[in-house]
Order: sequence, then C-alpha cells, then structure tokens
Amino acid sequence: MSATATATTTPVAASANVIPFAESAARVSRDTRPLRLITCGSVDDGKSTLIGRLLWDTKAVKEDQAATLARDSGAQNDLGLPDFALLLDGLQAEREQGITIDVAYRYFSTDRRSFIVADTPGHEQYTRNMVTGASTADLAILLADARVGLLEQTRRHATIAALMGIRQFVLAVNKIDLIGYDKAVFEKIAAEFREFALALGVRQITAIPMSALKGENVVLSGNQAMPWYEGPTLIEALELATSRSTQAGGFRLPVQRVVRPGESFRGYQGTVSGGAIKPGDSVAILPSGTVANVKQIVTFDLVRNAAVAGDAITLVLDRQVDVSRGDIIVSIDGQPMTGTSFDAQLVSLQPGGIEPGKRYWLKSGSRRQRVTIEPTSQLDLSTGQWKPHASLLSMNAIGKVHLSFEEPAVFDAYEQNRATGAFVLIDPDTLNTVAGGMVTAKRADVGGIHRGKEGEQRIVLSLPADLAEQLMASELFASRRDEAEIRRLTAAEAAEFFSNAGSDI
Amino acid sequence: MSLSAQETEIRNPPVSRPPLDPHLKALENEAIHIFREVAAEFENPVMLYSIGKDSSVLLHLARKAFFPGRVPFPLLHVDTTWKFKEMIEFRDQIAEKYDLDLVVHTNKRGAEENITPFTHGSAFYTDVMKTEALKQALDAGGYDAAFGGARRDEEASRAKERIYSFRTPDHKWDPRNQRPELWNIYNGMIKKGESVRAFPLSNWTEVDIWRYIQAEDIPLVPLYYAAERPYVERDGMMILAEDPRLELQPGEEIQHGMIRFRTLGCFPLTGAIRSTASNLEEVIAELEIATVSERQGRAIDRDQSGSMEKKKREGYF
Repeated sequence: MSATATATTTPVAASANVIPFAESAARVSRDTRPLRLITCGSVDDGKSTLIGRLLWDTKAVKEDQAATLARDSGAQNDLGLPDFALLLDGLQAEREQGITIDVAYRYFSTDRRSFIVADTPGHEQYTRNMVTGASTADLAILLADARVGLLEQTRRHATIAALMGIRQFVLAVNKIDLIGYDKAVFEKIAAEFREFALALGVRQITAIPMSALKGENVVLSGNQAMPWYEGPTLIEALELATSRSTQAGGFRLPVQRVVRPGESFRGYQGTVSGGAIKPGDSVAILPSGTVANVKQIVTFDLVRNAAVAGDAITLVLDRQVDVSRGDIIVSIDGQPMTGTSFDAQLVSLQPGGIEPGKRYWLKSGSRRQRVTIEPTSQLDLSTGQWKPHASLLSMNAIGKVHLSFEEPAVFDAYEQNRATGAFVLIDPDTLNTVAGGMVTAKRADVGGIHRGKEGEQRIVLSLPADLAEQLMASELFASRRDEAEIRRLTAAEAAEFFSNAGSDI
Repeated sequence: MSLSAQETEIRNPPVSRPPLDPHLKALENEAIHIFREVAAEFENPVMLYSIGKDSSVLLHLARKAFFPGRVPFPLLHVDTTWKFKEMIEFRDQIAEKYDLDLVVHTNKRGAEENITPFTHGSAFYTDVMKTEALKQALDAGGYDAAFGGARRDEEASRAKERIYSFRTPDHKWDPRNQRPELWNIYNGMIKKGESVRAFPLSNWTEVDIWRYIQAEDIPLVPLYYAAERPYVERDGMMILAEDPRLELQPGEEIQHGMIRFRTLGCFPLTGAIRSTASNLEEVIAELEIATVSERQGRAIDRDQSGSMEKKKREGYF
C-alpha cells in the first residue's frame, strides 16, 4: 500500500474507490491516446517551474529556445536552469506584467504517451480561462505549496475542474524540500484534499510530494530525498491516467455537412461523438425522428466495417431521407433527450454577463439555434454552495439556468456524454462567445417533471455518489433519464433535506 | 469525376495502409473535424498553401475530410518570387495531380520598388512581400476564412492562439481579446469584413508531422532530404547557392556539402542544416535526437524577442 493511499483518514475516503498505485500499474492495457490535462495553481505555487520542469526533463525544450531564454532573462537559477516562466509566458503583454493572462497549450511526450497541457492562470478573475482549459481536459493537476497547504483558491480550482467533468485529480504538493521533506505535513495536506475532492464526486486522486525546482518526483524519482514516499512520480501518474471515452453510450453523429459529389452518392459527414456504429445498424435522425439503416461507413482510406467515438467519418444511409447540417444521427436504442426546455449549468465568460430573458445563439455539436436563459441559482465558490439567483450572471459567475428553445433541441446529460451535453452561448450583438454550458437534464415541456401522470408514485433516494453514478450509467436508467430528477448534495445537506421532508417520504 | 469511377473508388479505396496509431489518429480526426466545420460555416474559405511539410499534411487532411468529394475551396500561395525553385515545381505538380484550384499572388510592389531580402532586410521584406501580400490576396478573394498550417508548439505566441483565430477587417489579431474556445465547439459567427484563420494542426508537434508524413506516405519537396548541395555561409546560416540572384559578398565562397532544410521559405532567409538524412526514416531518427528547434533556421524569428507576436498582430500568418 502506497503512502498516498495510507494518507486517507476520513470515513468518507475509506469507502471511496481510490486506486492504489501498485494496482493501477498492474493493469494490462495502457491507454496510448494523448492525455489532455490542465494545470491549476498560481505563480506562487511554482506552476511555471513545474510545467517548465516537465518540458525540460522530457526534452521538449530545444537548445535554441533555451538560449533565447538565457538571453532574455540574463540569469539562471541556482541549479543552472533557465527561468521557466519566460519560456511559458508567450505574449509580450504577459512578460511585461509578469502574469499569465490566457490559456496556453504545451506539448511533451514520453516513450509511452504524449501529453497536451492547457496552462491556465491562477488568478481568480480568470476563471473563464480555466473553464476553457478544463473543457477538453481529462485530468487536472492542482498545485499546493507545501509550506501553506490548501488555499481557498485550490478549492475553487478543484470545484471548477469537477464541474467541467474532470474526474481525475493529481495534487502536486510542491516545494516539499522547503519543509525538510516532512512526511506528516504532506499526508495532512493530501488527506484534506482527498476529502474535499471526494465531496466533489472525484474519486481518482493521486497526491504527490515534489520539488519542481529540484526535479524531484516530477519526471525523475525523488526517492533519495523522500524514501518514505512509495507512490508514482508525476509523469508516471500521467502515463497511467485514462483518456475520456464515450464509446459506452448510444451512437451519436452530429452532421457537419452533406457531401454529394454525384447524383448517386449522398453522405453525411461528422465526428462520432458517442457509441459505435456498423453497416446494417438502425438509426434515427433527430430532431425529426426519421428512421433509416446504415448502408456504408466511408473514409478516405477504406470502407470500414465499424466506427467508434472520435472517428471522423462519412455515413451513407440505405434510403432517401431529409438530413441536413445540425441534425444528429443516433442509435435507435438509447436516444438522447429531445425537447424545448432543459436544465443546465453555465459559466459566464464576458464582462456583459448573461442576461435573463435575452435571446442568445446556442451552439452544440454542429447545431446552432436560438435560446433564452433564466438563471435560478449561482455557485458560491468560496463555500461550494448554490444560492438562489435569478438576475444577471456576471463575468466568471457559475450558474444553474433553464434553457428555453423555440425549436426542439437535442442533448445528452453532460455527465453521460461531454460532446453532446456541452454548448456555448454566442451574443447576437457582439457575436462573441459569452458562456460555456453543460446540460444536466431535460425539463418536462409542460408542467414540470413532478406533475406528470396523476397519482404517479415517486421515490427520493439518497445514495453515495459513486453508487448513484453506477446506477445512472446503466442502460435502463439512461433510457428513462428524462423522468428522473437529480441533485448533488453533501452528506450533511442530504441529512438536512430528509429531516425537513418529514414522514411523507 | 464520373459516377462509376467514383463508386469504384469508394469500393476499392485508393490506398491501403496499416491503421494509424491512436495518437496520430486522434490528431487526424480533430483536423478533419475542423476542416468540415469551417467549410460548412463559412461562405468563402481558402487554404493557405506554403508548399512546406505542414502545408503538405494540411492538404492531405483536407482531401481526407471531403472525400469522396473534391476539396471545396481554393489553395492560395503567396509567392514572394524568392522561394526555392523546387518548391514552385512541386506546387504545380501537386495542384494538377489532385485537381486543386490554385491561386498564386505576388505583391506587385516588390517588383516595382525592387524590394528583395538582400536589399531591404528580413523585417521590411517580410512585411511587404508576405504580410502585405497576404492581406492583398485575402481582400481580393473576399475570403471569410483561411486555413493555415500553424502549430502551437512552433513558437511562444502561437501557444495561445485559438483554433478559430478571429481577425478584424484589416486582418489584425488581438491576443488579449481572443474568443474563449471550449470543447470542440467553434464559434464561426463574424460580421461583414471580419474573418477567421483556422488552424487544424494546432495540436500537432513537429514529430507528429513527420510521423504522419511517414505513415501516410505524403509527398514532400525534396529539399527536406539531405543531398550534396551548393551553399554559402552568411550570418551563421547556410544559404542554398543555386539561384543567380544570390550575389557573393567579399570573403564568401560557394561550398558543397550534404545539407537539408527543416523548414522551407524564401531561400535567402532559410538556413540549411548539415545532415546525411536522405530519406524519411533518417530524417525522423535525426529529429528524435535533435536538440535544436525547427524555427532556428528562420531569420524572421530572430529579429527581436516577441517578433512573431508582433508580425501576427499585424496580419502575418
């Protein structure tokens, strides 16, 4: 059992699915797709040094780039390394201000895998950049300074990462050398973080003590300085992480364009954003609901006998049907939700905020349509609580909203499928992207979900999040997802809810 | 393309290769997605074609994205008239072979005012013959979207550029005010006169480009492979000495050696490297142990720190 795993001390953590390193390392099949990750932390936590160290020790920094660095900074640190912050802060404006103001993407690789890092600033007012970086990430590295432990900012970053659907966290407890490699301090920080992350619904958590400056436990082992630590180095943890896969759910193909090179050929081009398909399968075209069968899957290289999530394909159907850009071709079984009213969470990205009642453009997949927004609550990032809020959502606010469409819209819940559950809002006046959002559920078009059939019995359950997620991932649940109402609560809130609800349930 | 030929091609694919590894496949899928999205959302796209290895990969991906249809937009080459001779020959062969619409534009000011990389310095020359020429060509074509082969790993200011990079009507890029770009949902809404530069290769690295060229057997300008070539050494760069417009300066002499190029641009501004890598396998092997970045041979990046960002703000690709 590794030091990371033994650091769990709370009852919540004990019941959670924290995979010890040794066990995950023994898995036979390794994921070789590129891993997309985000780094969260501030300049003070040593984020630039950490990323610089990753690039340097995996030999992603070339000699001439290092020479430019040496020329620009005119100085090296005690270890003879260049000033990594200069390498990473690409824009002149940033160098002048000495802060990172936008998302930058970095690339490095090992013999086993390649990595795409979204490097985002840590300052609070740049929540929107973190949201941008997190939207495509499978894993988040959260930095903490071993001397100060978890900050409110660390909790904010973790909350946003979890909200954006990231389910793998690495806590980098940096500058461990400055506290004399103190195991007890590391374990205390790790345990505190683990408890917090579990409450957010994140179960894959690895805490690593490291010195980014000295390169200990980043790419190279820190065993000499920290013989008490038996867990992975950062790069080992990243090599073992999984890339998101939406192959388990129903087939989804948002149609990007129709290709008609001649009278006899009509193909629907798009990227499979969920499930799998093969010739002969029955599909429905949404929102119309028309049904057809797959005749061929065409790509440049060969006519394929199957396609899976992630593949960019051209689909040929067995009959003449009306399909155009913006439609989504789905498997007959396990269809997404179609309706004109949805619940969603969104992050407001621009100074003007998101105005209640205003008509925006919503883009999801290849479909763009009009929508109006009604905020209902807003997340208080300092406490993690949702508070009622029906007015303007100002920049960087995270809100729960109702979406109302004029034409039917098609979504999966974001937790089921990140591609078909995500959307952006575009301001019709400025044409700028003003919000990123995640659909949580369909709202019953008339009367609300709890006023459906007369006399219908309903049951309210309170379950551990991991158990609930397993139930929700089942096909039976997915097929009736729009009949269920889901709220995420802390254990204490759930207890309060049930005590307030009285004996009727 | 006749119907029967097209049907035949679909049934009997043009090529049969081993499947791509998951990493390259993911990059390919992403690039195809971007191509299709831009082609569907914009009225008049164009693809910037510089004839180099990245452009060659970009073109290959475009052909894949729209198969079995034709590439549904023209290719634009901004010709400074100072390109390597082999580049121009290669460009014309490719355009014919793949049935492409090729638009070539040269800034007339170059000939009128005799602006050359030798007489005016790389900064001014590039501004006129590349940046100004590109703007002229984009305005002349009325293009609302332009594909480019830029990669985020190339240079620090590019690391922050979006896949849809928004440009004002006078082609300016404002790095402080870029549109947020979440998931793979791209905002293609623009006002009249504005445009977008779209970068399908954003997430590729130099090694990815070479490995993909190898896996897909993509033809390249031979200058990428080492051969015995004449060159002169100038300002620490090895400049190819085959164009009569290259005048030797005092103390310079033409030498011969095994050299190749890691990037291709205007020959007076593009330095060669010493190499014996005369085929793809050897180039990749050399690359994987290389310790110098590919832009090192480019005089244009060395003018000043932050020089690429400055050029981009002004409209350079």
